[in-house]
Amino acid sequence: MRRYLPFIIVICVALLAVGGGAFLYRTKRAANPELKISKTETERSGEIVHVLGPADAAVTLEEFGDFQCPPCGKLSEPLNQLQKRYNLRVIYREFPLAIHAHAKEAAYAAEAAARQGRFWQMHDLLYREQAVWSKSSDARALFNAYAGMLQLDLDRFKKDMDSGEVQRQVELDQQRGASIGVKNTPTIFINNEAVPGPESNPEQLPGLVEAALKKAKPSS
Amino acid sequence: MKSARSTMSRSRAQTIFYTAAALISLLGLAEATYLTVVYLSGETAVCGGSADCFQVLGSGYAKIGPVPVSGLGALAYFGAFTFATFAGFGYPRARQFFTWTVIAMFCMTLWLLFVQAFRLHAFCRYCLFSAALVFLLTGLVVARPVAETQRN
Repeated sequence: MRRYLPFIIVICVALLAVGGGAFLYRTKRAANPELKISKTETERSGEIVHVLGPADAAVTLEEFGDFQCPPCGKLSEPLNQLQKRYNLRVIYREFPLAIHAHAKEAAYAAEAAARQGRFWQMHDLLYREQAVWSKSSDARALFNAYAGMLQLDLDRFKKDMDSGEVQRQVELDQQRGASIGVKNTPTIFINNEAVPGPESNPEQLPGLVEAALKKAKPSS
Repeated sequence: MKSARSTMSRSRAQTIFYTAAALISLLGLAEATYLTVVYLSGETAVCGGSADCFQVLGSGYAKIGPVPVSGLGALAYFGAFTFATFAGFGYPRARQFFTWTVIAMFCMTLWLLFVQAFRLHAFCRYCLFSAALVFLLTGLVVARPVAETQRN
């Protein structure tokens, strides 16, 4: 029996590793079904969409982001560079996660800035300063300071942040994300095709954008 | 009589040594399997409130061709576990295989630490935990001949 014991132990561990891995994989796949924006998915009426780049761009990159999510922060600047380099159409959707204490308020701040035509400036500033306001006990005061830096009408900004309209806008984006299966941030779609989580990083996105460009213009 | 006692104590020390090595390898196998599953399921790995894991595990260094490095890690830990188990049961060639596997893992770990420190400028906690396990295994391999020589 002792002769066979090491074989039995090793086989048991192999089965446990493969079985456990397969079980975990199935659980995760069930929790995160494959994402795809259907072509019939349209923007809802009254919805404000934050778009950067030309409407007729060959590649549209849509991001569901959370201003307090560290990976989203890491992606912010590389996405800006990608937009400029490939003349992409970039759409940003709010998807504040409940685990982040100030994420919703940050989304309101960006939407309030959008009411004064400064969404992308606030977007960039929130990501750049993420490490600061994320840890602050009074993030709202910092958002007001950022509004001041962007030369926004502060009274209007404060009023907009608390307004039902701004909050509804954030909810609409979240509903849109939830309806197509978004659960994590950043979730990125390139021409309506979801980019797998591990590939949503500054190193691999340029390659994916180039592939989408080639697909969109096969002759060039 | 003295020689028989010495052989017995050496065999016991070896059993303890290889049991410890097998347990450490099991921990590494569990972690590497988890990371492989996270990669294959398309999830974004985040450690606590930091984006470092995302940066490291999402980088080009995290895979070799289509194979995630964590998957290779899982295979390496499984190999180390297998050889440690067989060595613990007295298979002499398994000891050599165990040593060479740990040396290969140690070299790979050094490379991955270098990449994190000097190329990506970000440290992933999962990778650091794995590095600690490999260093422990290496420590055991280095300490083993000394213990055996002392007993001899």
